[in-house]
Amino acid sequence: MEPAEIIQHSGGAIGAAWLMIALPLVGAAVLLLGGRRTDKFGHLLGVLMAVASFVVAALSFVQLLGFAPGERRRGIELYEFIPGLAKMGLLVDPLSISFCLLITFVGSLIHVYSIGYMAHDPNRRRFFAYLNLFVAAMLLLVLADNYVALFVGWEGVGLASYLLIGFWQHKPSAATAAKKAFIVNRVGDFGLLIGIFTIFATFHTLAFDGVLANADKASSGTLTAIGLLLLVGACGKSAQLPLQSWLLDAMEGPTPVSALIHAATMVTAGVYLIVRSGPIFQGAETAQIVVTIVGVATLLAGAIIGTAKDDIKKALAGSTMSQIGYMVLAAGIGKAGYAFAIAHLITHGFFKADMFLGAGSVMHAMNDEVNMRKYGALRKVMPVTFVTFLIGYLAIIGFPLLSGYFTKDGIIETVMEHNAVLGWLAVLGAGITGFYMSRLVFMTFFGAKRWEPTAHPHESPAVMTWPLIILSIGAIGLGAFLVLGNRFMTFLAPAVGAPEEMPAFHPFSPTGLATLALVAAGAVFAWLKYGRAEVPALAPRGSFLTTFARRDLYGDALNEALFMRPGQWLTRLAVFFDNRGVDGLVNGLAAGIGGTSGRLRRVQTGFVRSYALSIFLGAALLAGAWLVVGNL
Amino acid sequence: MPWLSTLMGVSVLGALGVTLVRNDKLAKQFTLVVSLIVLALTVAMAVQFSPNGDKFQFAETYDWIPAFGVHYGVAVDGIALVLILLSVILVPIVVLASWHDAEAGKRSVRTYFSLLLVLEAMMIGVFAATDVFLFYVFFEAMLIPMYFMIGSYGGAQRSYAAVKFLLYSLFGGLLMLVAVIALYSIAGKGTFMFTDLVGTIQDVTTQKWLFLGFFIAFAIKAPLWPFHTWLPDAAAQAPAGAAVLLVGVLDKVGTYGMLRFCLELFPDAAKFFTPLVITLSVIGIVYGAIVAIGQTDMKRLIAYTSVSHFGFIAMGVFAMTTTAGAGATLYMVNHGFSTGALFLIAGFLIYRRGSQYIADYGGVQKVAPILAGTFLVAGLSSLSLPGLSTFVSEFMVLTGTFQRYVVPSVIATVGVILAAIYILWMYQRTMNGPTAESVKSLPDLNAREKWVVAPLVALLLVFGFYPKPLLDVIHPAVQDTLSSVSVTDPQPAVPVAQEGQ
Amino acid sequence: MTTHYLVLSALLFAIGGVGVLVRRNAIVVFMCVELMLNACNLAFVTFARQNGNLDGQVIAFFVMIVAAAEVVIGLAIIVTIFRTRRSASVDDVSLLKY
Repeated sequence: MEPAEIIQHSGGAIGAAWLMIALPLVGAAVLLLGGRRTDKFGHLLGVLMAVASFVVAALSFVQLLGFAPGERRRGIELYEFIPGLAKMGLLVDPLSISFCLLITFVGSLIHVYSIGYMAHDPNRRRFFAYLNLFVAAMLLLVLADNYVALFVGWEGVGLASYLLIGFWQHKPSAATAAKKAFIVNRVGDFGLLIGIFTIFATFHTLAFDGVLANADKASSGTLTAIGLLLLVGACGKSAQLPLQSWLLDAMEGPTPVSALIHAATMVTAGVYLIVRSGPIFQGAETAQIVVTIVGVATLLAGAIIGTAKDDIKKALAGSTMSQIGYMVLAAGIGKAGYAFAIAHLITHGFFKADMFLGAGSVMHAMNDEVNMRKYGALRKVMPVTFVTFLIGYLAIIGFPLLSGYFTKDGIIETVMEHNAVLGWLAVLGAGITGFYMSRLVFMTFFGAKRWEPTAHPHESPAVMTWPLIILSIGAIGLGAFLVLGNRFMTFLAPAVGAPEEMPAFHPFSPTGLATLALVAAGAVFAWLKYGRAEVPALAPRGSFLTTFARRDLYGDALNEALFMRPGQWLTRLAVFFDNRGVDGLVNGLAAGIGGTSGRLRRVQTGFVRSYALSIFLGAALLAGAWLVVGNL
Repeated sequence: MPWLSTLMGVSVLGALGVTLVRNDKLAKQFTLVVSLIVLALTVAMAVQFSPNGDKFQFAETYDWIPAFGVHYGVAVDGIALVLILLSVILVPIVVLASWHDAEAGKRSVRTYFSLLLVLEAMMIGVFAATDVFLFYVFFEAMLIPMYFMIGSYGGAQRSYAAVKFLLYSLFGGLLMLVAVIALYSIAGKGTFMFTDLVGTIQDVTTQKWLFLGFFIAFAIKAPLWPFHTWLPDAAAQAPAGAAVLLVGVLDKVGTYGMLRFCLELFPDAAKFFTPLVITLSVIGIVYGAIVAIGQTDMKRLIAYTSVSHFGFIAMGVFAMTTTAGAGATLYMVNHGFSTGALFLIAGFLIYRRGSQYIADYGGVQKVAPILAGTFLVAGLSSLSLPGLSTFVSEFMVLTGTFQRYVVPSVIATVGVILAAIYILWMYQRTMNGPTAESVKSLPDLNAREKWVVAPLVALLLVFGFYPKPLLDVIHPAVQDTLSSVSVTDPQPAVPVAQEGQ
Repeated sequence: MTTHYLVLSALLFAIGGVGVLVRRNAIVVFMCVELMLNACNLAFVTFARQNGNLDGQVIAFFVMIVAAAEVVIGLAIIVTIFRTRRSASVDDVSLLKY
């Protein structure tokens, strides 16, 4: 089934979809320009704007459901952005509205949570301004109807991510992590930009409407090139190999940021880009293969990194990488995978945000301690956090009937049909997930107390626990709701197309059983190592493999050796060359002229007679020359 | 109404008036008022400009030296108009920003502001001149006020920097003078009027020589790699306000000249030299950015970023597609705002602490959040963050260039990554981390400084989301220029029917 | 006939020139310059007579006037120098160099 036509639209909630972006943007502007005057109500305004944005999204969704499925792609023209290149317009369709709902709903909850989490930070207002800015940019990213506006949002979320990772900028590690995230993302943007240039050179338009509907007319070589370039962009934003290194460092930011930006929404933008550009990838088989390989490699790499981290947020970040790997893998398959990719993206948004906020709640209770080796036995003192975290945990490992079970197993089944090797690797990834997530839960909530003497853990205030509860409800039921009866696939079909044959749901397929068995094995192994046994306060040295995983698979070391050090060397060389070479040449020329004239001026001796002699000689020379020339 | 002459006249009279005022404070206020009047007049002129009307509007032509066909001829097309707008917007901002800059100078405060207004008149003149000889006169005369501004009010190495600046520019200018005279005599029209000279040189070899005469002058002015080393010295030694006008406006005369004179007067030569120019531009983009990363002095760093940005502009001019050409013109304007903001805020910072070296700062964000925030915005505009106007122009330049020259465009896009490195690294070293002892008591921006920064940031933001007003003026002028070079835009591989195009 | 005058003129000019080059006393150098000027005058007058017009004679008058002016200023300078340095040697006044 092919995507439907885009219908121009005005009026109703969809006609006012721009409010979704404008409201949080106004919030951010007021909070940033208002300065300290807005300190008192800054957080409330931030929450209000996020919730208002959610209301607009929900109303738009309801209105969209009112249309027949084939008429659910609604374009809204706003104004001419860059004449000749792009108009600023929005596209409200099942794909973008799904994202909008996720972003504004989870975003609003995290705004609420942050009221409690950031209560003691003197810069809380600025934090909410940045959060609002992020929501606005993210919504622009998914609502844009062309690649330029998408790119504006794309970089906007990058900026918000930069500002929020570096929110505690007085910490050099935070400032460095923020800078690293931005620069690595820029490497991805380099690919995306060139992809956009290629699209424009090929189609002379950048609107999704014109490009995607005509993608099949372009040569497969061009499409492959565009696809691979877009993939580079997606890798940067979604922390896929080989541009994954920034995500783990990004955990320097406040935890709500990690939950919203680096788990639930921004990092999934790459998946969105691939799914949105579906027609391009469908015409480029090589690009699709590369997408699936990147997905599988990242899902394994992220899972392996997750197994070795003692920092609770970094373990979760590894898990995020891995889960996005699943989504990218599914998105690489094509129409059969899109719905599962997005469905997993949405459920992941819920359960991962749930777990990150849970981790934040734990940190809040433990004086911002992130080392899991200093946790333990927290289930009794933080019952709400524990239960909600447990739900998130069960959802992510794919415990039957919870969200992850439907969406992740859906991806694995689809991949298995597509390519058995990729499928089994995905199953293996699920097994590792079972291990590292269990390890995390056991180390944090079970076992003996290993707290610092100063720690007095307590349950977090209601403003922080309620978002956890709501998110965990989503983590329980959303997967079943979306996947059963192919509800989500049918809903998405007008936007991204759908396979000719809708997949049937097999509760106990061989693949599903194998996955469950591996996950169970991983969980049991984790129980043996971290639940029953004593967890040492200092990390044991571990084998070569453990070190490998602890050092993020040597990703940073590789970047340093390949880019950073040669880069520093090149910079020094260039500065030297500029000062001594280019400028040296010019100054050398000047010095040469100066030196010559310094020597020549010695002729001026001050003796009148020598001047007279030179006059005579000159006159004689002229006369002689005249005689010679005259006689010729 | 003779708009352009009025603009210049008001500036010159203002400059004379300032010298008569005895009180320094009054002189500053008077200068500000004069520059605001000029701004108001220019805006009044700009709204009457009709983008799709005649190519040159508000034309005034009088004989100046009839024996040689030299005229006082001024008029503007879309390209010149936006650049004049840029100049007159920057001048009041610079006046306000350099309120205390001239006090430590070798000459009086009055002289500084008088020179500023003289410079303003010349900047308007150089963009408006339609007579090649008049253009040359303004091109060279501009050096004089700038020479004194650097040489008398600059930093420790000001004499070196001022002389270097003057010699480089004079060298290029004299080459151009030779070419101007040769153009006059070879064309044999007995006139220096630009419109009469277009298309008169048919011989390709002659075109090439004359092209080089003009181009080297503009390449030094712009500056393109490898003629750039005067800029870091001059910009680092000049007082912040003068640096803004130097990099923001004076250097634009170089790229403007390429677009106006090199392309239109010598189309065949321009096409012949395009590979060379594009290569120099791409080298400049990457090289300027890499050298910028390695700088330890804030003002030199900003100057090197400009070397990189001028590479983008020159590349856009010589890519010869409508998108790239319009993008390059827009880039000239945006770069003025962006680098202007960067120089001025860095200037505020340096004024407070008394050091240009990045290593002397750290953690300023904590003590002066507004200063740091605006510095970040200016920095982000320098790395072309979408949502700020510089993105629009850089995107247009790269897209337009990509249509014709894929590889240079791809290499130039590397500049986007490098830009992130030099800006964010500088920002991190100065503004983030633990607050350095020496900046603990640094005051935040005061009201005057906020008024300096606010219009620049506002312009960057407004044109970042809505560049149409500028582009509507620029597009027809660029199309006209390209059609006189007789190039057409490349066609798409897959034509997509679009309404309204 | 003309040749004799011209030879005399050339001889006087050469004597004057050699004097300017080899003598150190400022007054003598000065006299030699005068001698060279008068050698020129002689040549002018000779040609004027040979060509039968007055141009040469007129030029000779101009030269004399210039020479007179020169003597006035030159002697004044020399006297002043002599007063301050008790010497009229041209080699001693070589400060205006490089």
